[in-house]
Amino acid sequence: MPVSVLLILGMGAAVGFISGLFGIGGGFLMTPLLIFLGIPPAVAVATQSAQIVASSTTSVLGALRRNALDHKLGAILVAGGFVGSALGVWFFAAARRAGQLDLVIVISYVTLFTIVGSLMLKESIREFWSRRKGGAVRLRRRAGEHAPYLGWPLRMRFYRSKLYVSIIPILGLSLFIGFAGALLGIGGGFIVVPALLYIFRVPTTVVVGTSQFQIVCTTLVALILHAVTNQAVDMVLAILLIVGGVFGAQFGARMGRHLRAELFRFLLAILLLAVGLRFGLELVLKPEEPFSITTQETRT
Amino acid sequence: MRIVGALLILVGTMVCARAETLITSLSNHRVLINSNYTGTQIAVFGAIERDAQTVARATAYDVVVTVRGPRQFLTVREKERLGPVWINQEQQKFPTAPAYLNVLSSRPIDEITSDQLRQRQKVGLSAIINAADFTLNRDGADQPFRDALHRLKAQEGLYLEDGRGVTFLTPEIFRAGIALPATAPPGNYDVDVTLFADTVILARTQTHFELVKTGFEERVGVIARDWSLAYGLSTAALALFFGWLASTIFRRD
Repeated sequence: MPVSVLLILGMGAAVGFISGLFGIGGGFLMTPLLIFLGIPPAVAVATQSAQIVASSTTSVLGALRRNALDHKLGAILVAGGFVGSALGVWFFAAARRAGQLDLVIVISYVTLFTIVGSLMLKESIREFWSRRKGGAVRLRRRAGEHAPYLGWPLRMRFYRSKLYVSIIPILGLSLFIGFAGALLGIGGGFIVVPALLYIFRVPTTVVVGTSQFQIVCTTLVALILHAVTNQAVDMVLAILLIVGGVFGAQFGARMGRHLRAELFRFLLAILLLAVGLRFGLELVLKPEEPFSITTQETRT
Repeated sequence: MRIVGALLILVGTMVCARAETLITSLSNHRVLINSNYTGTQIAVFGAIERDAQTVARATAYDVVVTVRGPRQFLTVREKERLGPVWINQEQQKFPTAPAYLNVLSSRPIDEITSDQLRQRQKVGLSAIINAADFTLNRDGADQPFRDALHRLKAQEGLYLEDGRGVTFLTPEIFRAGIALPATAPPGNYDVDVTLFADTVILARTQTHFELVKTGFEERVGVIARDWSLAYGLSTAALALFFGWLASTIFRRD
């Protein structure tokens, strides 16, 4: 696949910049970009996971230094994530054999991005309005205010996160993220972080570090499984993405400190909706060329 | 019956006896692909030799050069509307489609010989693609898929036909240039040279060349295929290393 090296580096840097700006992995942007560029979805998804590993390693190491990581919660998340990753890679291979992988990827992106994007947009607009009216919105935990599923059996105490909850919904969340991550080439930080914050009420100080810890572990497994079962990992492309992304992220993070939080979330929501819309159009519009060729095997 | 058979053999030997022989040579039998490979050109040279008994022909010779790349198992799928979305539905499998197919001739192929002979001997791009055994299930609806295969491969520059691709330098000596784009995959390539005169095949030869990947990319490719676990692990290690490197370089505390 002849694609310009500079273009990949530039894209890596641009996406890295955005990911640094928003404090997210950026996989959900990079994978679609690679697909739009003409790289086969299988290769894009599998290779992008290497970039996610690199960028989340950086943030986990940072979190470790700041001691902003709940090991116990992280371990539970990783356990669920491993199972999800394995299922995701298996499903990926099955869909590829059936010739419907592209469809699965596109539909998942559309659904995921539209839902998450609109939720975020709603949240940021509401926040914006209430701030204008003068009332401060805060996430506060009140005693006795818990969703019923947090009280399911198998409760466990997480001291660092000040939680005493059932691990079943946590495992469910991480299973889903692992599955989606392996299937779509995303880390899933943009789902895990809000979920931990809003559903489980994990304190903001540990939420990013812990979710990044889970992402490193599950994406690492997904990367290796993709290499073994689908042979879709391209090491050279991975290095280019990583190098571009690392530098972009640093500049993005520096920029990010001067941006306001709700503006952040608003921009991110718009971005998600735009990517979702772009994929949706591809699905609904009459294709210019309805035929496609897949090579199953080359006898050399 | 036996007499007819004997006659046929006799006719056959007579055809051979008076036949021209074809001598061909390639400019290169091995093309090495390295990282800055952008495609290449291979020349075919040929000479037509007539033995002493054969009289000169009234019509000029025609030559068709057919180049077939490594065989691939291809599936062509068609997107169809299902409710609001377009998804892959019908499919057709091509078990031994050449990855690269180039037909060069001294004149447009339909001027050289008859339709039937082209179909039977698989001479020309459309005859090869429309051959009955080219696809797996032949239930009649395969034509759009054959056309799509032709169209898509032609767009990639991998299926080509040139009605003026063979040049006669003298009436008995010819040359043709096989253009290989960068996307042509490595492997064995067969070059068939067929000599025609007055719509009949007089002689045929076959030679080969090989496209070989060399250097770093080839080694990486082999490792990714044969040592996939090691490949995955080392990519993972690289990613972890870069992540660690970034965190030390850009350390903020």
